[in-house]
Amino acid sequence: MSANARVVEALLFVTSEPLNERALAQASDLSEPDVEEALMVVGQRHAQGVSGVVLERVSGGWALRAADETAMACARLLDQLAQRPLSRAALETLAVVAYAGPVSRPEIARIRGVAADHPVQSLLERGLIEEAGRSDRPGNPLLYRTTTRFDRVFGLEEGRHSLPLLDELGDDLPDASAVRDRLQAMAATQGVSIEAPAAAEHLS
Amino acid sequence: MATSSALALELDLEPFAGPFDLLLALVLRDVVDLGEIPVADVCLRYLAEIEEQGELDLESASEFLVLVAALLELKIRLLLTPDEVDDMPDAQEAAEELAARLAEYARAQAAAAWLAERLGEVGTRVFRDGPPALRPPRPQLEDEGTGDPLALAAALRLVITRTDEVSEPIHVLRRRIPLGRLLDHVRRAVRETGSCTFDQAVKGLGRTEQAAAFWAVLDLIRAGEVIVEQDAPFAPIRMRAAGHQSVVVRAAA
Repeated sequence: MSANARVVEALLFVTSEPLNERALAQASDLSEPDVEEALMVVGQRHAQGVSGVVLERVSGGWALRAADETAMACARLLDQLAQRPLSRAALETLAVVAYAGPVSRPEIARIRGVAADHPVQSLLERGLIEEAGRSDRPGNPLLYRTTTRFDRVFGLEEGRHSLPLLDELGDDLPDASAVRDRLQAMAATQGVSIEAPAAAEHLS
Repeated sequence: MATSSALALELDLEPFAGPFDLLLALVLRDVVDLGEIPVADVCLRYLAEIEEQGELDLESASEFLVLVAALLELKIRLLLTPDEVDDMPDAQEAAEELAARLAEYARAQAAAAWLAERLGEVGTRVFRDGPPALRPPRPQLEDEGTGDPLALAAALRLVITRTDEVSEPIHVLRRRIPLGRLLDHVRRAVRETGSCTFDQAVKGLGRTEQAAAFWAVLDLIRAGEVIVEQDAPFAPIRMRAAGHQSVVVRAAA
């Protein structure tokens, strides 16, 4: 490895946050093209199947992590809270924060139609979301956004920009007009049975 | 009713799903005939649940209202002809709003499903976590005055003067108003004039004394010493002695 690659490797080794090319260039006193070249070399040395530590592009920067084959052993050594299975409520809340963030708790509750206190607390404890100032809405509720740890756990190369567009998620995703049509269709089909006593019975 | 217990079960799982989840499932997956949902039962069940919890969670309670209102509206539509439904612009608007919110929630659900799938795909990723073991160097302070003892003294003086302002004690005296004195005052006023208004009796007294004087009047009514009349709210309060005898006895006591 060249001297440049050795410096970049060391910088990535001593930090826990992903570093972008600019930060690497500043610390190593190299030009950004030199850093990019050095990253290629470091990437070859730290590749899956070659090294126990692999270089990954994540959260808009570069970082070292344990190779996939070593994950089980690492998990036996360390309990990573962020990696424990998430409840459905926590996943939904996380999705809202990831796509709509920075977003306040009342706003999350409005979208999900249910109080978000527990899932928000659980996500904060796992370090998947963090506070991001206050909203200027009435009451100035705290805003939340996803963290670098979120990007790393979910393997998002460019952070939030790596999330799929909502339109690309599933073809059967109903839009407002589909839901409305469905509501109206139900009302129409059932409107036929207006005379049926069974329908009126439950209206009390 | 089978649907009733199934619904109640869904509501019990509220922290995990919520009313929108339920409604979306009902509407899109056609699990249940909307006309069959016993709204009254659901409400009673929910009220019982709130009572059990002992505290009212306003957020979830208001969301519950949204759900029940939507259900009621849908059921009402079943009783109307399509023409009548068209004549209800508010209802139409509400349905639009509900549809938009349900669709928004469906998107959040889809995004959550993608995240769950992604977790499975990328597997467990282990990385160095927590605060960095080595701190980045402190940025150089560029403040010129940092090493200047005079600037330090000036800063300290600011702090000291500010503290003095804040800690200036303010003494608040507690005023004591002897009720006995006011009883005598009112009694005397009534006895001397035979009949007077409350305003006349408390003339010249301060606000607090006036309030205490009214208390004294109530006490005198209770003791049967005075009779009080008022024609209308905020009209003058007329007071007269109930009987000379009792006043004397009371005053002597």
